[in-house]
Amino acid sequence: MALLYAKTHEWYDKASGKIGISEYAANALVDIVFVDLPEVGTMLAAGDSFATLESVKAVSDIYSPVSGEIVEVNEALRDAPELINEDPEQTWFVAIKAETEATGLMDKAAYEAYCASNPEA
Amino acid sequence: MKTLFDISKAGAKALFIDSSILSATSYRLDPKLLRSQPARLPQVAENELARHYTALSKRAFGVDDGFYPLGSCTMKYNPKVSEKIASLEGFAGIHPAQSESDTQGILQIMYQLQDMLSALCGMDKFTLMPSAGAHGEYTSLQMIRAYHLERGDTKRAKIIVPDSAHGTNPASTAMAGFTAVNIPSKDGMVDLQALQQVVGEDTAGLMLTNPNTLGLFEKDILQISSIVHGAGGLLYYDGANLNAIVGNIRPGDMGFDIVHLNLHKTFSTPHGGGGPGSGPVGCKQLLAPYLPVSNVACKDGQYYFADPEKSIGRVKMYYGNIGVCLKAWAYIAMLGTEGLKDASLMAVLNANYMLAKLKDKFKVVSDKCMHEFVLSLQELKEKTGVSALDFAKAMIDEGMHPPTMYFPQIVKEALMIEPTETESKETLDKAIASILKLYEQAFAQPESMHLAPRTTPIGRPDEVLAARNPILAYEFDSPLEGQ
Amino acid sequence: MVKFTPHLPQDIAQMLQAIGIEKLTDLYDGLEQFLNRSNITIAGKSMQTVEQEARNASLANKVYPSIFRGAGSYNHYIPPLVDNLSARSEFLTAYTPYQAEMSQGILQAIFEYQTMITELCGMQVANASHYDGAAAFAEALLALRKRGKDKILLSSALHPMAAKVIETYLNPLNVKVEYIDCSNGKTDIEDLAAKLEGASAVGIAQPNYFGCIEDADSIGKLLAEKGVGYVMSIYPISASLLKTPYECNAQIAVGEGQPLGIPMSFGGPYLGFMATTKQNVRLLPGRIVGKTKDNKGQDAYVLTMQAREQHIRREKASSSICSNQAHCALRAAIYMATAGKQGIQEVAKVCYAGAHFLADKICKIPTFQLKYNTEFFNEFVITSSIDTKKIEKALAEKGILSGLPLNSQDMLYCVTEQNSAKQIQELIAYLKEVAK
Repeated sequence: MALLYAKTHEWYDKASGKIGISEYAANALVDIVFVDLPEVGTMLAAGDSFATLESVKAVSDIYSPVSGEIVEVNEALRDAPELINEDPEQTWFVAIKAETEATGLMDKAAYEAYCASNPEA
Repeated sequence: MKTLFDISKAGAKALFIDSSILSATSYRLDPKLLRSQPARLPQVAENELARHYTALSKRAFGVDDGFYPLGSCTMKYNPKVSEKIASLEGFAGIHPAQSESDTQGILQIMYQLQDMLSALCGMDKFTLMPSAGAHGEYTSLQMIRAYHLERGDTKRAKIIVPDSAHGTNPASTAMAGFTAVNIPSKDGMVDLQALQQVVGEDTAGLMLTNPNTLGLFEKDILQISSIVHGAGGLLYYDGANLNAIVGNIRPGDMGFDIVHLNLHKTFSTPHGGGGPGSGPVGCKQLLAPYLPVSNVACKDGQYYFADPEKSIGRVKMYYGNIGVCLKAWAYIAMLGTEGLKDASLMAVLNANYMLAKLKDKFKVVSDKCMHEFVLSLQELKEKTGVSALDFAKAMIDEGMHPPTMYFPQIVKEALMIEPTETESKETLDKAIASILKLYEQAFAQPESMHLAPRTTPIGRPDEVLAARNPILAYEFDSPLEGQ
Repeated sequence: MVKFTPHLPQDIAQMLQAIGIEKLTDLYDGLEQFLNRSNITIAGKSMQTVEQEARNASLANKVYPSIFRGAGSYNHYIPPLVDNLSARSEFLTAYTPYQAEMSQGILQAIFEYQTMITELCGMQVANASHYDGAAAFAEALLALRKRGKDKILLSSALHPMAAKVIETYLNPLNVKVEYIDCSNGKTDIEDLAAKLEGASAVGIAQPNYFGCIEDADSIGKLLAEKGVGYVMSIYPISASLLKTPYECNAQIAVGEGQPLGIPMSFGGPYLGFMATTKQNVRLLPGRIVGKTKDNKGQDAYVLTMQAREQHIRREKASSSICSNQAHCALRAAIYMATAGKQGIQEVAKVCYAGAHFLADKICKIPTFQLKYNTEFFNEFVITSSIDTKKIEKALAEKGILSGLPLNSQDMLYCVTEQNSAKQIQELIAYLKEVAK
């Protein structure tokens, strides 16, 4: 998969429509204890938050890079949110049927450079 | 330590009531209405219960055990006379639906407390209904909403909340049907420019605590008031930090239209392990018609309940956390204005004394404060790896309760210290010495602090496991029948 | 004037020097424009005087030795263990147990409380308390809101104050309340079925305000079929005998915990309890204690799932609740542990028997009759042609707090284990006199 990354630390695979979070983000969140997933069929606009991740002491929103309909949800995350920490780049949250093109995304190298120069983000 | 369910023995009995009616009559519920299996409450004899709870109490730590410098919580001493008063039969033993003529004594105290709080806050009317600070916030926000709607001003959908605010502020905002708009702080204070840009026709109000959650007095409060009122909004006072100024400065003189108080903070009622508190709401005349039902009024020396004409409705069954209100009444009656002035002044003195002794070692927001101050351990963490959490846990081993950790969110590795006025110089000196010792220890033996606390019944709990795999009730051998 | 500040002049002098200021008022430097603007003085009195004044005020309240009134606040026997153990200062003067290592006692007590509440409700998880039964009821109904279904149905047999609280909570969120009719003192299931369209959830009280036992399980079956949420508000004493909310298919069980060892205290502080299934745990607001292990493998208790709460979720939290009714929950836990599995059932049976005995006897007095021909638990409505205020006054003169006048004809009576045979006999005798 050639993943593209958003400034908000999600990765997006255009071919499958799958969205997850980067290793950088997963490490920052430390242990994820709960994922609040949306329902299949939910319509999203680019930039909408569609899920929240909970660690023991914090909550993070996950944003969609594209507009479209959620066609699949990774049910395994309901009982095993730790999968995200174990292998973030392989663990997807939802698959979206995109109606728009993703804009503002970076390839891996550009994303890593972005993270290095913006540690607060 | 064993739980009640572990020590439970079938047949053990501790409650002895007169149940002769059961043998004298045959009134019984139809079996079709009954649950299939009784509730598995434990069966424990009285002496075993006494030992169980006594043992539990020895694994707890109250203000009566030691120094409790929790920022924003005002853990001051809880006078025992207040406990005695609240448990008098003539208060504890009265039913809330007794007639007004039956309950003039308690109504008089409630009326007096309403008046006392109005006087102390510079407000016109008070309600004792809300059960806690957050409940008071929620009640106030409903009143603000009603006020604007009644004037036909339907666009005011936003409440401005500083990013340093306590989480209950934005949460109450959402519950009251508003959208919370965060404004960033500038050097820990409200950024007047940011505020000016954010206010408008859609501003219902601004929620503020003063001094703020960094322990700093918002000196521009009159300008803040002017900006908000100028845009047509109202100014709300979160009374969590009133202990810095009570008796000396009134929120009403700072431009606030409506306030909530925390009787379990400023007015010395005990925290009880998390509650009950009481969150009375006071307001200026313009908001008084919207107060929740019911209020205590007085006419010709007779006390009675009166409902405000345009009340937002009812936020609680009956009249409020009366047992808690009684304790606050007693506290104010004993201290009076002079005693409260002294209390808040000593609270500010104690905080500044500790700050003066600690500011050279830790990063601080300002070298003077009000009743509390925030230390940042970010630098210490970078140099030694010891975080605010580690430091706080090590303070437990020094015999005190740690300060508030990681709040406000705008300071990294924050420890918020509020000594309160009831601590002596000796206690403060001892605490200061411990903290300075721990500071040195962070450099010399950082590992030891990662392992703290070591003098407590348990070490650090696995909170990740607790959240991922919640066990929220005793695990009996089998589930209740039907499950 | 009483002072709890221990500072002596020499302490203050040393502290001022350390701070680098000259006098105490320098602490409020720059705030002169706000200082001392009030011209109202509250006199500070001695501790002794305040105690006396309080005592006098307490004596100006009438304490009835014989109480036959319920309506949301109940005169149950509070075993002395409750006052004694809960008064320990380690429990009373402690903060919320966020520092788990030094608060295991309080956390374990709450864990035990949660367990006992789940058992009473027939559920699997419970929170650590809410403000009171009415607030718990309101927040439970809000938690079951569904998108596009902005209506909540409430039985019209709820405590009027509880119904008003729910209305107040729903109002700013544009959720409508619609009331279900009652027939013969019970919620009318047919009317409920007719009003289900567009409703997210339904709120029923068991027993209801009139003391009547609802067909809570039939209601539950209907709601489960129609996919509408169900909140059951229960009386914790009768809960030890009656079909549980779980057995009635309720999603969330709530209730007022005051009957569990908390004094009537003119209405507060009381105790809202909330319980649900493991699957629905995230619907519960407020603090929850969980069990885990510490870094040495020992059992440990901790406040868990905090990321649901306001201090983390902020405006995305479902509830702003922070301080709860922890100490009242402790009292309730000690009560439930003292009563135990058998004791609480015994209390319930005595309440039931006493109420039915009294109702039968009252109905034998001319003009008095049961208003509803429906099974009840320990409260019931008597209707008669005699003005209820007249009855109330006559009984008050004999030291009896009568049933609650609902209107000029109807009176809501309550019997608990505190009403001795003698008290019941006296009540009957005086009612007979009033009826003449």
